[in-house]
Amino acid sequence: MLKIIVCVKAVPDPKEAHKIKIDPATKTLTRADVPLVLNLLDKNAMELALLLKEQLDAHITVLSMGPPVAGNIVKECLALGANQGFLLSDRAFGGADAYATAYTLAKGIEKIGEFDLIICGMASSDGSTEWVGPEMAAFLKVPVVTRVNEIVEFGGEWWKVKASLENGYRLMQVKLPAVFTVSRELNTPRTLSFSGIIKARKKEITLWDLNELGVLEETVGQKGSPTIVSSLATVNSKRIAEIISGTREDKVEQLVQKLADAAVI
Amino acid sequence: MNKQCGSVWVVAEQIDCRILPVSLQLIGQARKLAKELNTSVETVILGDQMDKRVQEFFAAGADRIYLGNAPELAIYQPEMYTEMIVKLAKEHQPEIMLIGSTSMGTELAPLVAARLGTGLTAHCIDLIIDDNKILEQRIPAYGGLISIICPEKRPQMATIASGVFPHPELDESRTGEIIHLEIPNEISPRVQTLEIVREEPEGIPLESAPIVVAGGAGAGDIEGWRIIAGLSEILNAALGSTRPAVDEGWTELETMIGQSGKMVSPELYIGVGLSGELQHMVGIVGAKVMVAINNDANAPVFEQVDYGIVDDCREFVPMLIEKIKEYQERKITC
Repeated sequence: MLKIIVCVKAVPDPKEAHKIKIDPATKTLTRADVPLVLNLLDKNAMELALLLKEQLDAHITVLSMGPPVAGNIVKECLALGANQGFLLSDRAFGGADAYATAYTLAKGIEKIGEFDLIICGMASSDGSTEWVGPEMAAFLKVPVVTRVNEIVEFGGEWWKVKASLENGYRLMQVKLPAVFTVSRELNTPRTLSFSGIIKARKKEITLWDLNELGVLEETVGQKGSPTIVSSLATVNSKRIAEIISGTREDKVEQLVQKLADAAVI
Repeated sequence: MNKQCGSVWVVAEQIDCRILPVSLQLIGQARKLAKELNTSVETVILGDQMDKRVQEFFAAGADRIYLGNAPELAIYQPEMYTEMIVKLAKEHQPEIMLIGSTSMGTELAPLVAARLGTGLTAHCIDLIIDDNKILEQRIPAYGGLISIICPEKRPQMATIASGVFPHPELDESRTGEIIHLEIPNEISPRVQTLEIVREEPEGIPLESAPIVVAGGAGAGDIEGWRIIAGLSEILNAALGSTRPAVDEGWTELETMIGQSGKMVSPELYIGVGLSGELQHMVGIVGAKVMVAINNDANAPVFEQVDYGIVDDCREFVPMLIEKIKEYQERKITC
């Protein structure tokens, strides 16, 4: 049986993410009032897991790290068809950079046990570093392919996948167990079904805190993060717009004239 | 200082033996950082038949080059590249390691960082040395710029997009030291690049386009997006985008402008239906004229451009296209 672990992240809803500001005192982000949702690209990761499950004998585990409310996105993945869900949640995990996040997730994966394939979205909409997948692979000492956009051959010990690249792709051959980070082009994620939601009600999410995970406090969260936010600054723009007003016809006329005068069209 | 500061490294990248512009841009910036730290600039390049090319690194400002030259290094091989760079970094203890945020760099950098147990920052738009001789890595986020530092672990690692730093002036008389790297015995690889396929990019490349039209969430739907695309066609412009437009699936990731996308420096930039998030706006460098069309008069974009139109882009842009057509016809007849 193919053991799949999908790593997902609860991110501030991208539609409201602009409301998030940095707290100058704590140097962390205030996420107040912005709901957390399943990271968009992680839906592509879930979709790949579900497609594999349809074609192979597979078992899907969902893993996330975040505040207790992140349990909702794990639940959402269970409703989509994952078999079991884990949430790593502890105040000590807070403020983690990509390195500490990848380390904590890797510890979670080690505790879950054997796996063949770990799938995650290539980036999160809030951090968008693309680091967590490959760093996790490095901690787990397994190979990684990032930005996977097509599965060419699957099912055996060696898989072939395509990964997107500037103006093209690379064809990769990879031996399982491995980590894939996936791009949006890979597939079109399915939407939740009513029956899925009903079935997911019976599925339990396992919560692990610092002690249950069995890691040292200084290796996780802010303490385990090599990088810190040192300062914040506002940016002064060198431009200020002249607002062109009038009727729509006037505005079009004036704008074209200004661009023509500036010799840029 | 009781201890000699480690070097500033640039992990360079090549495609078919051609050195990527971003690698040379980073060497230019590394030169500035190294001057402040009173240390040297060193470049790592892995490839095949690169020996004739390395002079470019010296001309750009490198003092020393670590050259891995072998047929098996011709294209990026994740495990081999990671192994060689990790081994080299452990041996020489660089202070800073800069990598271009290409597809390769974006995969290689975290693999190296995790193995070295150090921090890594993505999509930096500026790098400076602070008063404590620490690398401040500036990133636009949440309406401002945040500075990230890696106070204790070394090297301090960052990825940077092409175009963030200018091309250095080349000094062909500069020379330096070349260290030839030992090629590790064939480890039995668990992941291999079998083939890299690149196609000629369609349309006008964003990075060098004289006119850039960028669309955002304000397009509303794919129909709205096509209207914006129409504006770029009539102007013979390159069509760029913001992350929300990419997330909606209206356009490809390759068209995204900004911090985690492409850097552009056109004569004319027209932002349509976008709010002016800094993550996008930092991608427009030194445009001569900037225009924004947005129905929200309070959108921050109007504080960052020269001309603003407060209007529904789906209504305004079709009329603008017609007027530009008229202008272009007049221009030809004159």
